[in-house]
Amino acid sequence: MAAPSTTVDVVAPRSSGSDNYLTHDKGVLSWIFTLDHKRIGVMYLCSVLTAFALGGFFALLVRTELLTPQRTIMDHDTYNQMFTLHGAIMVFLVIIPGIPAALGNIIMPLQLGAKDVAFPRLNLASYHLWIVGALFMLSSLAINAVDTGWTFYTPYSTTTSTAVVPAAFGAFILGFSSIFTGLNFIVTMHKLRPPGMTWFRLPLFCWALYSTALIQVLATPVIGITLLMMIVERTLHIGIFDPMLGGDPVLFQHFFWFYSHPAVYIMIVPAFGVIGEIIPVFSRKRIFGYKFIAVSSLAIAFLGFLVWGHHMFVSGQSVLAGTIFSAITFLIAIPTAIKVFNWITTMYKGVIHLDTPMLYALAFLWVFTIGGLTGIFLAVMSVDVHLHDTYFVVAHFHYVMMGGAITAFMGGLHYWWPKFTGKMYEEKVGRVGAALVFVGLNVTFFPQFILGSRGMPRRYYNYLPEFQPLHVLSTLGAYTLGIGFLLTAFYLYKSLKSGKTAPMNPWGGATLEWHCSSPPPYYNFHKPPVVTAGPYDGYENLMYDETISGYVPRKEKIV
Amino acid sequence: MSASITNSVASFSGLFGLEPKLPKLAPSPYFWMPPSASVTTENTDALYNFMLWMSLFFSVAIFWAMVRFCVKYRAKSRAANEIAAKTSQHNTMLELTWSVIPLFVVVPLFVGGFKGFVNLRTPPKAAMEIRATGQKWKWLFTYDGLGTPDDALHVPVNTAVRMIINSVDVIHSLYIPSFRTKMDAVPGRYTDLWFKATQTGEFPIFCAEYCGTSHSDMLSRVVVHPPGGYEKWLAATIAQADSLTGKDRGAMLYEKQGCSTCHSIDGTPKVGPSWKAIYGKMESMTGGPAMKVDENYLRESMLDPQAHIVMGYAPAMPTFEGKLSDKDIDGLIDFIKSLK
Repeated sequence: MAAPSTTVDVVAPRSSGSDNYLTHDKGVLSWIFTLDHKRIGVMYLCSVLTAFALGGFFALLVRTELLTPQRTIMDHDTYNQMFTLHGAIMVFLVIIPGIPAALGNIIMPLQLGAKDVAFPRLNLASYHLWIVGALFMLSSLAINAVDTGWTFYTPYSTTTSTAVVPAAFGAFILGFSSIFTGLNFIVTMHKLRPPGMTWFRLPLFCWALYSTALIQVLATPVIGITLLMMIVERTLHIGIFDPMLGGDPVLFQHFFWFYSHPAVYIMIVPAFGVIGEIIPVFSRKRIFGYKFIAVSSLAIAFLGFLVWGHHMFVSGQSVLAGTIFSAITFLIAIPTAIKVFNWITTMYKGVIHLDTPMLYALAFLWVFTIGGLTGIFLAVMSVDVHLHDTYFVVAHFHYVMMGGAITAFMGGLHYWWPKFTGKMYEEKVGRVGAALVFVGLNVTFFPQFILGSRGMPRRYYNYLPEFQPLHVLSTLGAYTLGIGFLLTAFYLYKSLKSGKTAPMNPWGGATLEWHCSSPPPYYNFHKPPVVTAGPYDGYENLMYDETISGYVPRKEKIV
Repeated sequence: MSASITNSVASFSGLFGLEPKLPKLAPSPYFWMPPSASVTTENTDALYNFMLWMSLFFSVAIFWAMVRFCVKYRAKSRAANEIAAKTSQHNTMLELTWSVIPLFVVVPLFVGGFKGFVNLRTPPKAAMEIRATGQKWKWLFTYDGLGTPDDALHVPVNTAVRMIINSVDVIHSLYIPSFRTKMDAVPGRYTDLWFKATQTGEFPIFCAEYCGTSHSDMLSRVVVHPPGGYEKWLAATIAQADSLTGKDRGAMLYEKQGCSTCHSIDGTPKVGPSWKAIYGKMESMTGGPAMKVDENYLRESMLDPQAHIVMGYAPAMPTFEGKLSDKDIDGLIDFIKSLK
């Protein structure tokens, strides 16, 4: 199809710094009680980054303890609390809200061409609930930090003396926060698309958030009720999961993974969305196989509901159940592989710019491929019997969660940073940061595949001395990661203070957020844009203007 | 006095081949996997190796394409304003092809994994049975109802063994890497696994399901005896264990029943109070009046451990009801009394 000459018939005025969402209102209260999706997104972002720093700090403590086979810096119980807090914070406070609630809130309505999300008050409530949930979770730290692992398996969680109830109740509240965001995004994408924005003109980031939102709304209630039942059992001794009280501990695992496997896709599908934005823009080329990528997100969301039992091959679950779960798990490999092939093909004969966001996207492709392929090992039932609950699993999910979700989050953060802050960061330092993160995460997690295959169980404080060299290597990788993230925090902070003013469209993106000024005006669009082309059309009609270091529409159109 | 007791514990440790607290990881002929020592490992290792090569192939191919495209199609500069070549935006045949290729790869993997799994889950009818009970933080092995004479698992070579597994407190998981098998120990139900050792020697046993403070110390070994060796070991051990009485029996049980995981005999507080000089002491209790640690308190603590908890300790101990005979309990009490 011939690309029409423009994507929208209205171009917002170039940023003059006079009125944007950051300067529209003043004062702390104007932030705390704002209904603006961008401000809520920025508050989410700051909170998530704070939680990320805390979770990362705990990770470094855990890795430091593992430098030696015996005690290094802390005792058994402290270690168990540290890895529990690391896991719970990273899952519930960082990765689940990271891309949808922080970046999604800021960008999705802009990309869609809407003034805000459908329910701005619900959006604010979601953020406030996040804060309350986070406080509950962290209060466990102050009382007697929870030591159950982020999985809260019964009957350990109903009998341990640590503060399980506040942590679990925190996760319960965070679940509501996540449901509110999901519900809001679904309605927004159904009802607030401007004229011409058909479903197949939605940017892939929106498609990914839509698929994610479906999972958030359908799966999260299950973890909520499960954690409540666990709390009820712990406090009122009503037998649900504890065999001493007549319950069934494996039932908890079914309930838990019924949410927590789909939750893996809550974490990774938005990452797919970010990568789907970055690769075409930095290859100056329309995405390859748009519809396949868009629909594969939905397929993954759907299939993700039917595989929870693959976490339970050695739990005593029946062979038949295991077989069905294993078979469906393999099916997920297919939409996932489609995405990777499509992203790579998009780069073919492109004009590739290796700026920081693209470096993160490339890192994602490589790391996510390894994460995905090692997932196949774990889907093969007989091999999983050996690898289950070893460091192989730890390495696999860190390659997907840290290497996949966090890398994509970092890519998205750098990609949209100029848009929502109005500032450019130091590009060269950004590339060094991306390289450090890439090297660090491979050095940290690759040795863990070897450790796990050799039989090193996870959540071990002491370990056999034979495993030490690989643990030391892994810890050195973790320190590299730490340095990479510190550097990133430093230059991003510096860009806020003294960064160059960002142009409207620094990377030459064609989606609607790049038609707003940087930072965007309070109401996003002065009048609703009319969309006449797809989200990745018309790169040839944008021209780089060196005087503003950004892209502007080309004078003579190329068809 | 206490030195001689420590010695007597050490000598029993010697008797049962216990000195090294940690199981030894035998050197492996493979880079990725531990040594293979059971008939059930073949399927697992073959599939694992296949996937390793497959992963290597795909990750190298993807990496190669990525790097090649980045080098070949790298933009000169933003200012050059190059325009990407027009290539097709999608190609249904190509996309169907690369959707179907992964399917062809994963179907045989699924079938192979299924066959191996069914084999792992189906013990031969004639298998000898050994019970494994998980408790915080020790595996107890019972042979034909003959008590738990040793904290290592002893099996004969080339014999199918079915382990019947349960737990008395939280979920544990019996994991023998060299046999490529593991199974959760779930309180309130029995699970099982089987293996047929193909090599004599010792291989580590781990607890693979997180179970609290000393999860990572819940280690044991499987000792695979040459033909005839297992029967000899069983007879000798049982005879030896039965002949012990009084504090010697207590010292033996202190190691074998896992008491030593949580109770020291040198005064160091661990998960539970140290046994050194505890007999006759007045101890404050959580939520109740202070109690004197006498014979009755010690007996109650073994059979109903949650009844009275010494202040400052977690209610973590499982009951030993049914696992300790009166003779065993008397022995343990004598042993505790001797720790002055």
